Amino acid sequence: MTGAEPLLAVRGLRTVFPTRRGLLAACDGVDLRLAAGEALGIVGESGSGKSVTFLSVLGLIRPPGRIEAGEILFEGRDLIRLPAAARRALRGRAMALAMQDSLSALNPALTIGTQIVETILAHGLARTRAAARDRAVELLRRVGIPAPERRLDDYPHQFSGGMRQRAMIAIALAAEPKLLVADEPTTALDVTIRAQVLDLIDRLRRESGLAVAMITHDLGVVAERCARVMVMYAGQVVEEGPTAEVIARPRHPYTRGLLASLPSLDDPDRPIDAIPGQVPDLTRVDAGCRFRNRCPFAVELCSRPVDLRPLGPTRRSRCIRAEEVA
Amino acid sequence: MTATRLVERLLQLLPVLFGVSLIVFLMITLTPGDPVEIMLADQRVTPEQVAALRRDLGLDRPLVERFLVFLGNAVQGDFGISFFHRRPVWDVIVERLPATIELTLFALLVAIVVAIPLGVIAAVKRDTWLDRALSAASLFGVSLPGFWFGILLILLFAVELRLLPVSGRIGFGFDVPRVTGFLLIDTLVAGDLAALRNVLAHLTLPAVTLGLPTAALLARVVRSSMAEVLAADYVLFAEAKGLPRRRVLLLHALKNALIPAVTVTAIETGQLLGGNMIVETVFGWPGLGRLVVESIFARNYPLVQAAVLLYAVTYVTLNFAADLLYTALNPKVRL
Repeated sequence: MTGAEPLLAVRGLRTVFPTRRGLLAACDGVDLRLAAGEALGIVGESGSGKSVTFLSVLGLIRPPGRIEAGEILFEGRDLIRLPAAARRALRGRAMALAMQDSLSALNPALTIGTQIVETILAHGLARTRAAARDRAVELLRRVGIPAPERRLDDYPHQFSGGMRQRAMIAIALAAEPKLLVADEPTTALDVTIRAQVLDLIDRLRRESGLAVAMITHDLGVVAERCARVMVMYAGQVVEEGPTAEVIARPRHPYTRGLLASLPSLDDPDRPIDAIPGQVPDLTRVDAGCRFRNRCPFAVELCSRPVDLRPLGPTRRSRCIRAEEVA
Repeated sequence: MTATRLVERLLQLLPVLFGVSLIVFLMITLTPGDPVEIMLADQRVTPEQVAALRRDLGLDRPLVERFLVFLGNAVQGDFGISFFHRRPVWDVIVERLPATIELTLFALLVAIVVAIPLGVIAAVKRDTWLDRALSAASLFGVSLPGFWFGILLILLFAVELRLLPVSGRIGFGFDVPRVTGFLLIDTLVAGDLAALRNVLAHLTLPAVTLGLPTAALLARVVRSSMAEVLAADYVLFAEAKGLPRRRVLLLHALKNALIPAVTVTAIETGQLLGGNMIVETVFGWPGLGRLVVESIFARNYPLVQAAVLLYAVTYVTLNFAADLLYTALNPKVRL
């Protein structure tokens, strides 16, 4: 998405955590843009920095972790320079988080109703508790929970998995945010419920222009639901572009490896190619390409700094041999 | 909590009580020292008189028989006659109980009021100098010997500063009619506020002595469970909703963090009752603890046995209460 001012623009984001072995940059120089009504898929394995990137956007990096460099522009305002109180006011109201496991994301000791109502009241979207309750009922109905008036006083464990996941999304969206960060929103769900939840997010995106950042390691979800995809590896964005194009013609060896490691429905006998080697130790990385030790395309030049560079108007890749990868 | 479960729990009590009775019986009868000799010390008595007293108290019969007689009577609520007081043991105990309960509850209050804020602060400021200082202080508090700490407090606040009384439950010159035996209540019933203040002053040092080690332990429990809860997804989710920090900490986190603390508190209350023996002796507190200590020295078998049984029942009951409270706090555990 170029041209119009994006809802969210992240530039050069570097978030670090001190560890015993030194400073670990969980995301290092991340750039991204996300427009209203757009669904961006963020894929990569665990530890690739996808969640840390968006927790940084939400201002939820816990000390001793900290954002060391970069800017996070939300509707043109740099969030990093905002005071803590102003950032808190944006959380839930401007941008929200949906998590992987609703059973652990919802407070086991508080009713679903309490957990919706408190969000509505915290952002001043209702004057009275009763008004907030009415709003909560409406929200639960919108995400397809039957008899919402009665379910409001239930505890999270009294909901079924799929309903709980939808209730969590309702809670996340209680203050009508413009951006939803969905961190592995369907990983814990079975296939039919997964489709329900993804349909719900899709519908909300189309109806109210919600921007969705879908963090997942499931390329299938991205292929179905996100027009654009961003691939992360070892704390960096390695490739970005329209999902269909990236899947059809990956421009980074890591993306290519990721696609090759998926089992194929058309050709179930094709061997699954796991990527050899391991993700580098993030406290010990140099300026060169972080994938080069596992990369079949690696050449000597790869140990020199590599930038994420544009390949045409819609695609970017962090590989010096991007044109040769196919 | 179903009725079946309740009955089950009560049945579990029986072997515990039997075991406790047996152990106490053996320990006290096998300890050197003869109650008759202690009772008749300094008195000119003939061997016949000694034998008569011994027969009178039932001490001439074999051990097994004595134990069975004790059990048979105890089941009917009869714990025998206190050798020393020459009155039913149970009456003597009931008379002393309010003083002990009052002290224990007050000590518990001190413990909770100190422990929860400190535990929460330590967890929130985890791995900072403040957390480390609180951890060191609580380690110190856990290891405080009550008799030493009590004497130290007496020396400082009663002897040096003359702020608080040294011993007893109430000063001379106050005449509060006994209604419940709980002086905090009785002074209120009498409408005597000066006496109430005096009772509170008397309570302070023993309650602090008794409560601080518990506070230290409880603070450690609250800190570790709070630290665990603060790392939970639901706390992150609550923060992501933009809730005020105070609500995240005190409602979302603390409500869950208190669940293990409740169990520890209930068990600690049992420990406090035991700890009373030392603290009541140091502070001249006319409660059950001091009565038991005196009775052990006097080899007053029936009283010691009844008191220890009472401790055991209380301990088990408190554990049971902890389970009930646990259920109330945690909607996921509906037994």
